[in-house]
Amino acid sequence: MSFLVDQQPVRRDVALTPAQQKSRRARNIAIGLALGLFALLFYVVTIVKLGPGVLVRPL
Amino acid sequence: MSDLSYRLEGENVAAICNASPSDFVQLLKPRVMSLVVFSALAGILLAPGHVHPVIGFASLLAIAVGAGAAGALNMWYDADIDAVMIRTRGRPIPSGRIDRDLALGFGLTLAAFAIVTLGLVANWLAAALLAFTIFFYIVIYSMWLKRTTPQNIVIGGAAGALPPIVAYAAATGSVSVASVVLFAIIFMWTPPHFWALALVKSGDYARAGIPMMPNVKGADHTRLEILVYSLLLAPLGALPSALGFASVLYGMLACVLGALFVALALRVYRQRQGEAAEKAAKQLFAFSILYLFLLLAVIVAEHGLGLASFAA
Repeated sequence: MSFLVDQQPVRRDVALTPAQQKSRRARNIAIGLALGLFALLFYVVTIVKLGPGVLVRPL
Repeated sequence: MSDLSYRLEGENVAAICNASPSDFVQLLKPRVMSLVVFSALAGILLAPGHVHPVIGFASLLAIAVGAGAAGALNMWYDADIDAVMIRTRGRPIPSGRIDRDLALGFGLTLAAFAIVTLGLVANWLAAALLAFTIFFYIVIYSMWLKRTTPQNIVIGGAAGALPPIVAYAAATGSVSVASVVLFAIIFMWTPPHFWALALVKSGDYARAGIPMMPNVKGADHTRLEILVYSLLLAPLGALPSALGFASVLYGMLACVLGALFVALALRVYRQRQGEAAEKAAKQLFAFSILYLFLLLAVIVAEHGLGLASFAA
């Protein structure tokens, strides 16, 4: 057991520069917006394709 | 504490992606995308019957993203030559803002999303045509033709000309003469458009080792080919009117623009030395963009805004 503990690599947290933090945040927002719009697009297309039939389903 | 432990040295921290969303947008070649969207819009509007605006918009979006994916994959493959050319060395990969592998993953992901989305939103013929377009642009043009033959942009131009066919197929599930004529116009427009640029940037292409027509066959031979393709393009541009899917007004405009195109090509053919030659080539390049934009704009206006009956 002590052998395993000894082998555990030491964690060294990454300290991003302010520029890296800023660009990562901007990329995260862009990905979030893109995924949200993608989901919205499929929602609207589904409604358009199925029309009123979207509510017709076996109970 | 997490079981996942890791080690990052100073240089690896510096290698963490620092790209902004606009760098990724630049990977998509937005200017090329705008031509693709415009020609695809013309293709959709040529379709008979009613296309639901949401389905039309979603199809155009998928085609645009597919074109953007092809642009990103092209930048991934051509990163080495982009770094050598003045015109392209500021692109995200050669300038070091985006890692090459990241661009590959980005391009492949977008391509997959675009193809599947078009298949689900429109139909699988359109999706297959979009997949073929991306394949043709990357594998046939970028990986094969671009670095091996001066006919690279002639054959490779097919990829840029396909969007109207893809869009028409998205709207109808089929391919028609009208969409093939739009394909033919863009296909025939591509060589004089790119060779006019290549005449001005031949040093750039030579440095990168790309066998563009001026570097392989010489500037004079390129000028002759530009003139020949322009003479073929001019009547082809008026064909939509002759075949009845554009108005007489379109036909008249296409004839005037075609004549101007040939006149500028003739000037490129005659002016072979110094600043006058460079100016003639630059003017043809700029006019070629206006030419295609105006032809497509009239088709979009006639079919999209219902002006065809008014103009007939």
